[in-house]
Amino acid sequence: MDDQSPELDSSQEPESAEPQDARERGPYQPHEPGYGLDQPRYNPYEDEIPDPQTRMLAIKNAKAYLLKTSTKSGLNLYDHFANILTKILDEQPTNTVDIIENISKDVKWAQFRKKMDTLRDEPLIPPTFEAAENCKALFIQEGGEEEHEGVEEEMGQPALPNVMEAAFYFEQAGIGLNKDESYYIFLALKNLIRVQPIQTCRFWGKILGLEMNYIIAEVQLREGEEEEETGEEGEGTTAEGEKETGEAGEEDEEKAAEPPKSTYKPPPPIPKEPNGTGTNKYVYFVCNGPGKPWVKLPPVTPAQIVCARKIKKFFTGWLDAPVVSFPPFPGNEANYLRAQIARISAGTHVSPTGFYQFADEEEEEEERGADTYEENPEFEPPPVAKMVESLATWAHHVKGILKQGRCVWINPAQKSEENEEDDEEEEEEEGEEQQEERGPPLLTLISEDEGMKDIPAWTTHASTNLIPEYSVAILQSNRWPGAYAFASGGKFENIYFGWGHKYSPESYTPELPPPAEAEFPSGPEIAETVDPTVEEEMAFKIAQEEALAEAEEEEDEEGEDD
Amino acid sequence: MEALSLPAALEPVAGGGAGLSPERRAALGTSLPLLQRDYRFERVWFWGCIQGVRGAYYIAEGLGPDRAAPRSRLYSLNCVDWSLLTPATKEMLALAEQVKGRFQGDPSFEYSLAEINKTRKALPLKLAYFSSKPVMKEEARLIATIEQIDRDVGIVPRGAFVKTPLGSVHENRHFEGLSLVEAKKLSSYFHFTDPVNLKNKTLLEKADLDPSTDFLDSLEHDIPRGSWSIQLEKGGTVVVLRSLLWLGLTFYHVPMTKQFGYVYFGTGEKNLDLPFML
Repeated sequence: MDDQSPELDSSQEPESAEPQDARERGPYQPHEPGYGLDQPRYNPYEDEIPDPQTRMLAIKNAKAYLLKTSTKSGLNLYDHFANILTKILDEQPTNTVDIIENISKDVKWAQFRKKMDTLRDEPLIPPTFEAAENCKALFIQEGGEEEHEGVEEEMGQPALPNVMEAAFYFEQAGIGLNKDESYYIFLALKNLIRVQPIQTCRFWGKILGLEMNYIIAEVQLREGEEEEETGEEGEGTTAEGEKETGEAGEEDEEKAAEPPKSTYKPPPPIPKEPNGTGTNKYVYFVCNGPGKPWVKLPPVTPAQIVCARKIKKFFTGWLDAPVVSFPPFPGNEANYLRAQIARISAGTHVSPTGFYQFADEEEEEEERGADTYEENPEFEPPPVAKMVESLATWAHHVKGILKQGRCVWINPAQKSEENEEDDEEEEEEEGEEQQEERGPPLLTLISEDEGMKDIPAWTTHASTNLIPEYSVAILQSNRWPGAYAFASGGKFENIYFGWGHKYSPESYTPELPPPAEAEFPSGPEIAETVDPTVEEEMAFKIAQEEALAEAEEEEDEEGEDD
Repeated sequence: MEALSLPAALEPVAGGGAGLSPERRAALGTSLPLLQRDYRFERVWFWGCIQGVRGAYYIAEGLGPDRAAPRSRLYSLNCVDWSLLTPATKEMLALAEQVKGRFQGDPSFEYSLAEINKTRKALPLKLAYFSSKPVMKEEARLIATIEQIDRDVGIVPRGAFVKTPLGSVHENRHFEGLSLVEAKKLSSYFHFTDPVNLKNKTLLEKADLDPSTDFLDSLEHDIPRGSWSIQLEKGGTVVVLRSLLWLGLTFYHVPMTKQFGYVYFGTGEKNLDLPFML
């Protein structure tokens, strides 16, 4: 509290500016204005700090208050304000007054960053850098020179597809990955070709998954490279044979004690098509991303395709993940992926009509349908406008999959030994139980594809209406959303980007569980009856004994007679 | 996604295979700023593209000063001429749920609901009025679908928008992006619509929330669980969220930067088979 009488600062200055009066100013006289104002509590400026000393004291008090450390956080307001002002003056943001609270919060957050420790943390290696390493590996050319020449000598056609060219055409339609990713895939395919014995290769597409995606390459291996599969099949049959002999041995020993064996024999599994034909015409390699290793997918069996038609599941991105579904899928995600790839290829791989033609050799049976085709050297591409207008200018070049799950029908009842060469001749011999299935022959026009309800199976459009002379004809499938094809001049290409599922206008309904099995037909031999009571049993026993006694007496009588 | 950053923003989204052709991109680059000028929007977002059987609709949204206010939506068939769409009404939403199948690509196409009404035994009373008019125009279905998609799966990262005490929502100029760890969690992303679950949180949870940034529903409690697929592409430089409920909606965010956005490239149909597919 000040005891001194308050005075105004500014009132002093004018006085000093005025010419010096000879007369000293004494106390105010009652008749002068200003009388009595030097008494305490009469001056209007009483609350102002009067003179420098007390003001300094007040300032020190205020500063001490500001410097009071908070018991909770160890900060004090003084330092905090100093930091805020420093930050503001350094950064000079616009409209500072509007964001002042945020700035204050940021300064407080910054306090809690780790200061210099004597122990240094290991710098966290974010996965970013690992992926960059992987991608960098793609760019390194290893032993490039010699292999390069070797490749050119052996084959006339380069095995590596021009991914960037196809990407350019698809980009005109708004389809495709961004250029960087396409280029990484290009390099990854080049690596694949270098490692595996590949004859032709194509970028098939990309299937999205929940945790990771799949990049798929469609490949034809060179002759003689696919003998691994037969080994596995042989082992499977021998294992079954051993089981059968084991069971027969048991039966001889304990016939009476065993419960009745069921006479149910599961239908024999339909054999998968041999590599190089039908659904297994191409071999597929997948990887989770460019830079990651390529994995070969196993060939597909008809049972897997049949089951894949009944289920609809997302891919997770892990090839060994189980597919939990009903009906239970025979295989894991790698098999499911392969089955979907087979279905998509069969449904949506098209080419301009006339690009491929049947091989010139005569076919023995027309019903079989050609399985091979070759490029037509005299193909003249129709103009783009025509390709957009009419669907008859496009044709499938992959055989459709029958209900059985194969491209070529096989009669399962006939299959006694595993000769796959006899299949073609046995079409109509005996198996009356199952109708032979015929699919549309190879190279059917896509105008024959039926749509669903009122949606046509395919949608065509030109990539641009503004510049028709350079536009590209684009085909989109409505049955498999994500399948695209383009044609321009003599070039064409198919690709798939999507989740890997077929479009159905109705919602997916899972297969119902099979009906409950029939019980053993009820008849008198298994009809339940009430057990006889003790009295009934005794009565029965007595009756039996009496009957026996009577019979004996009769015999005795007869014996006596004789 | 922001119209101004369209070319850069389309790159991370292209992982799904769908994108825009150079012609459309160029057209958008010229027509979206003009939209902003004509309609006096503060921000213009390119919402995406709905593929119809015979054509595609390109959709843009315009935002005013309050980013959470109902947005104006415009559609175009060629990315050059845009038409304003009316706001969605509850009847439209209810009717659109009954219509199934692809969009046709022609805005004046009419879906006849008479067949659908026959199979449904009891119509709620408030729709009785519409049973006399058993058609739905494709434009109305488009409006309803866009509204549904925005409501269900339109997402933004946490902290990107702040709510002022007056109730209006602005971009947070202090948003520096999510960190890599946060970006992998579903709780760091919010639905950019009126919150539904927020008031159901317990008091204890609410105490931890910051009312300026946590005023929206997070993705954690979406039903069904697992209806979002989070992936780190390019080794963690971009985090991409794809919705499995509306296949085709892709959200991208580059962690530790301010870039984020979502776009829809798809057929405009809800994936009702989702529970079977997970």
